[in-house]
Amino acid sequence: MTGLLVNDRDIVFPGQVLAESIEFLPGEDVIREKEQLISTKIGIASINGRFVKLVPLTGPYIPKRDDIVIGKVVGIGLNGWRLDIGWAFEANLNLKDATSDFIEKGADLTKYFDYGDYLMTGISNVISTRIIDLTMKAPGLKKLGEGQIIKVGSTKVPRIIGKQGSMITMIKDYTGCRISVGQNGVVWINGDSPEKEHLAIRSIRKIEAESHINGLTDRMKEFLEQEKK
Amino acid sequence: MSDIVRKHTLKLLEQNTRSDLRKLDEYRTITLEYGAVGGAEGSARVKIGDTDVLAGVKFEVGKPFPDTPDQGSIMVNAELRPMSSPDFEPGPPNIKAIEMARVIDRALREGGAIDFKKLCIKEGEAMWMVIVDIYPINDAGNLFDAASLAALAAIKDAKFPKMDAQNKIDYHESTNKKIEMGTMPLSCTIYNIGGKIIVDPTSQEEELCDARITVGVLENGTMSSLQKGGEYGLTIDQVNEMVDVAIKKSKDLRKVMQK
Repeated sequence: MTGLLVNDRDIVFPGQVLAESIEFLPGEDVIREKEQLISTKIGIASINGRFVKLVPLTGPYIPKRDDIVIGKVVGIGLNGWRLDIGWAFEANLNLKDATSDFIEKGADLTKYFDYGDYLMTGISNVISTRIIDLTMKAPGLKKLGEGQIIKVGSTKVPRIIGKQGSMITMIKDYTGCRISVGQNGVVWINGDSPEKEHLAIRSIRKIEAESHINGLTDRMKEFLEQEKK
Repeated sequence: MSDIVRKHTLKLLEQNTRSDLRKLDEYRTITLEYGAVGGAEGSARVKIGDTDVLAGVKFEVGKPFPDTPDQGSIMVNAELRPMSSPDFEPGPPNIKAIEMARVIDRALREGGAIDFKKLCIKEGEAMWMVIVDIYPINDAGNLFDAASLAALAAIKDAKFPKMDAQNKIDYHESTNKKIEMGTMPLSCTIYNIGGKIIVDPTSQEEELCDARITVGVLENGTMSSLQKGGEYGLTIDQVNEMVDVAIKKSKDLRKVMQK
């Protein structure tokens, strides 16, 4: 097929023409303008047969249904909580989606989740950009305990987790820390000692900085081995 | 601040360490770059860890104040732009920006950084006004020390612009004449968090601050200015300890200036 203007894994910029042929189809973050396929973000081109898509290097978190996110309680209303999940609008956690307990009308909701609490929640529905529903009714969803909160770019989260959780499991094994990663880029870390927590944070920051370079898993293993000594 | 983060940070301080494994009286890596802004007569960029501050100096010719007809003057202005921190809002300078500018102004003025008599062009008629503008690029904690270091370095870097006989300044041409500096007063800010005395806090630690003291220290270790901030009080012993730490740590800051 002719008309492809970039190679697989090339770094592309917004507005760059990736292909000039009707044979190619636009994938994620790529748009079609007549015969041209144009990139809308800065990222790495990924060509799969006729599909041209890109993996963004940076960008805000865009909520999707079934994502697991870590949110901070920023508001308490009559029938639930409002959480900051790193999106332009706050997400809603309704009473019925938060707990199975019977809660009387007018009860003090801070007994369950107070202002500033961090919750590991799932996105149950994205009705519009302004209305995002959360749920706590799935395995592993809970209020997070004492620990450190760090924020990373949401586009780097897949690399931090790794294939079937391989990368994050490796960091957990080497550091002995308990780590939870939200798709929105919020990471909760709790370790037995400040040194172990610091190593976990440095590992995550290293992945964030080097996520676009090949051979990351091997480099991370080497880094963790060296640091553990 | 979130309860879980507060508890965790306080627990680390109890163990005399911090989330980045620094000691309580240890600064992050400090870098200083002179002449960072081409358009200013003098400028400096200071980085303390991820905190990044730019300071610039401009000169203007003005009329001396009636009570000091043979002296020039200095004006320090700080603007906390929203791009540097999610906590800063657009609009006129807020209380934090005004306090920062005033504290730095006080340290420079009372510490005798500039000999104001040397800034007089003609007694009662014309004088040089040194205008220092401070712009944080990123606030990751301890803006006070970074801004104070940047302001002093920018003044040290400044060269007078060319001026004709009618006292009209040509900003496109500079002379080689620098401001004659007196002493070098540096500000060092010490924080009290839950009874622990620390220097160079991160923005997370800054949120937990009970009280802080900014001490202006001269080259010979003399204290030249003092500003207390934060909501809680301090005992006499705590103040003494904090001033001692400030005098000790100001030597580290001074080494950066001399590089």
